[in-house]
Amino acid sequence: MRYAIAVYESEAGMEARKDPEYVAAYAAYLKALAEAGVLLGGAGLVSASTATTLRMKDGQRLVQDGPYADTKEELGGFLLIDVPDLDRALEWAARCPSAATGVIEVRATLPPVA
Amino acid sequence: MHPAEAAARECYGRLLSMLAVRTGDLAGAEDALAEAFVAAVESWPRDGTPHNPEGWLWTAARRRLIDAGRRSKTSQENGPLLELAESVDAEMECTTFPDQRLRLLFVCAHPTIDENVRTPLMLQVVLGLDAARIATCLRVAPKTMGQRLWRAKTKIREARIPFDVDAADLPERVFAVLEAIYAAYGSGWEDVTGDTPAARGLTEEAIWLARLIVGLLPDDPEAKGLLATMLYSKSREPSRRTLGGAYVPLSVQDTARWDRACLAEAEATLSNAARLGRIGPFQLEAAIQSAHVHARLTGRDDPQAIAVLYDGLVQLAPTLGAQVAHAVARSRVDGAEQGLTLLEAIEPAESRRTYQPYWSARAHLLEQLSRPSDACSAYERAIGLSEDPEVRRFLADRKRALAPAR
Repeated sequence: MRYAIAVYESEAGMEARKDPEYVAAYAAYLKALAEAGVLLGGAGLVSASTATTLRMKDGQRLVQDGPYADTKEELGGFLLIDVPDLDRALEWAARCPSAATGVIEVRATLPPVA
Repeated sequence: MHPAEAAARECYGRLLSMLAVRTGDLAGAEDALAEAFVAAVESWPRDGTPHNPEGWLWTAARRRLIDAGRRSKTSQENGPLLELAESVDAEMECTTFPDQRLRLLFVCAHPTIDENVRTPLMLQVVLGLDAARIATCLRVAPKTMGQRLWRAKTKIREARIPFDVDAADLPERVFAVLEAIYAAYGSGWEDVTGDTPAARGLTEEAIWLARLIVGLLPDDPEAKGLLATMLYSKSREPSRRTLGGAYVPLSVQDTARWDRACLAEAEATLSNAARLGRIGPFQLEAAIQSAHVHARLTGRDDPQAIAVLYDGLVQLAPTLGAQVAHAVARSRVDGAEQGLTLLEAIEPAESRRTYQPYWSARAHLLEQLSRPSDACSAYERAIGLSEDPEVRRFLADRKRALAPAR
């Protein structure tokens, strides 16, 4: 079963990206995921302030600066993992270094479109 | 715990067990009791607290259970309900209720009930904890937890799981109950590096349940062993973190911060268990803790004695946690090489891969064997598998001290 792990970083979490220990903890976390054979992919994102949003309205392209949702926590990255069930997915989510400062959202993914 | 909360907890499990034991329907009993509590909250402030609050709740819950049974019109369920209506009036004459909570615990740990729901079921039906709180502490989605509990209760009713245990099955069933209570204690059993705040959330409840079962089974040495194990652990709680929150391993804890009253109770409980003359895994676990505590308090370490206790533990209960701790204990007697050999022999190899204590123990042994680069990558794995930021920091410090160049 595939789960997406969305990492919402607090301000403190975004600030911690400059801390070598935090970066090392992330490296260790990603390595543990990979060694366990559950990691399918993912990426960290640069600051939400650099985001660009786009939508089509009445055939017109609307392009705006900034993230879609302007929340206190921002989407800092995501992972795609393959584990047997939600319990296991939550176990990995709890190990994410950002769990201590931000919020981790775990969601099942839709089956692949044929 | 607040006295009112303690009284409610005491009363809840006693009443629920009496209702459920008679009908075999745990979920129905819970609903009836919940309604009785709601009625109490409404009427007691208005009419005054009854002379016998537990008796009042019992009568109210029983009436609701019988009404619900009549409404559901399933005639097969009316048998036990009628019996309930008749049997209890005699009991109401007495001021003390027979304690049926042991039978409730046995149902929760019945072999046909999934292992992953036994602990939550006990916490809910004996203590009255709500599903959301249990889910958070055991790190399971609240919705999943709700479904698991509901399914288990449906199964108890529909499969008519008996609330009685045959004498021949008793030791095995008691062990299952004790195991489930210990699981509520959180990662104390397995996590050699410390406890997490989430797990600490249920330690008090686990000790409460252990005290309950010690009271219900006064001649069972393993129930006492379980209680002693948890009390040893609890007595060291104040010293596990510095005031700043940093993690402190047992070997360097400030023993002046240990809770001496709790420790004394642990020691007394363990010697009471030993006096019964039947050894078991929980008593061994408690004895190991006792040996560690004495080593710290007297300054006289006895690694040989600790290793022998672990030899016994892995014979009787070879859990992953016990095997890892055994390898470390053996390394202190037979050398790090032998410890590593034991660690690498743990089966199934698959389960070691994501087990944090395995990796921190491995790192520790590789460090002693002067294999810094292997130790370094083992520390990294342990860091990647840790949930607690303070434990991560502790391991990162160890790793840094090992290889300043990296």
